[in-house]
Amino acid sequence: MTQTQQTQEKLERLVFDTLESFGAEPAEISREAGLKELDIDSLDMVELGQIIEEEYGVRLTGADFKETRTVGDAIDVIAARVL
Amino acid sequence: MSDTRPDGCALVTGGSRGIGAAVALALAEDGWPVAVNCRVDREGAEGIVAKIEAGGGAAMVAVADVVDAQAVEQMFDDVERWRGPVLVVVNNAGVRADAIVPEIADAAWSSVIDTNLLGPFRITRRAVMPMVRARFGRIINIASVVGERANAGQANYAASKAGLMALSRTTAVEVARRGVTVNAVAPGYVQTELTSDVDPTMSRAIPARRPGTPHEIAACVRFLASSEASYITGTTLVVDGGLTA
Repeated sequence: MTQTQQTQEKLERLVFDTLESFGAEPAEISREAGLKELDIDSLDMVELGQIIEEEYGVRLTGADFKETRTVGDAIDVIAARVL
Repeated sequence: MSDTRPDGCALVTGGSRGIGAAVALALAEDGWPVAVNCRVDREGAEGIVAKIEAGGGAAMVAVADVVDAQAVEQMFDDVERWRGPVLVVVNNAGVRADAIVPEIADAAWSSVIDTNLLGPFRITRRAVMPMVRARFGRIINIASVVGERANAGQANYAASKAGLMALSRTTAVEVARRGVTVNAVAPGYVQTELTSDVDPTMSRAIPARRPGTPHEIAACVRFLASSEASYITGTTLVVDGGLTA
């Protein structure tokens, strides 16, 4: 695995684990899963932004996730800013 | 402090006298370190801090005008540095500038709305995420029965308190899933400096035939701040001796 793939995987793992900590069913979490279907709301996304900031030092707010619909969308938004 | 609570502290705005002072003392009795906020009455706040410390509790004076955004931010930074996240906020600071609507000047309107509604909004905005992260929080907004029942001469005060109750309810449903509760307490006529000009015959209109005391309001706040009140959120507890029943 390349360094980039490792870093991408680490980020994906962090997002998956965080969504699970918010109450999402682990078996239902995937890049393709809809955030609404996982019962992930705006507050969750604000908290996710704070967790990302603590890990990567990059500030993300709820507004950054305005267009995200799936878990993959959220990961891509974060990856574009932190990787 | 109860084992079910994470480490943190409480902040009471307008805590130097009246209901705020009684609330600060009640929370301290329940084991909360309490930041006693005041705008100008530093001496009053220091007196409350001294009483809390004499009882074996921890307290600090937190000077800030709730209308000053920067001062509010600084206050939170100072309190967090003192005792960790603010897990209980009591938005109690409030002012009145009574007049009938044709006589309310713009300044009298804005000052009441700013202190009684904008201030609590800014404080809530700042307080909420640390509570969310801690998976525990209590925001208690001191509203008023006049927020729901008209009292001639108090349109500005009533509007601010009605707004505060709406802020309370809306915030409550946003954060409920994180163990953070947000409620309002609506006192009726309570004898404090804020009501020192109220006609004492007012008591005849109250089924309980007397004004309430700051201690009686504080007891309600203390309960709502406790772990026992964990399923109460988005509501308004009316404490008025039956006035609006």
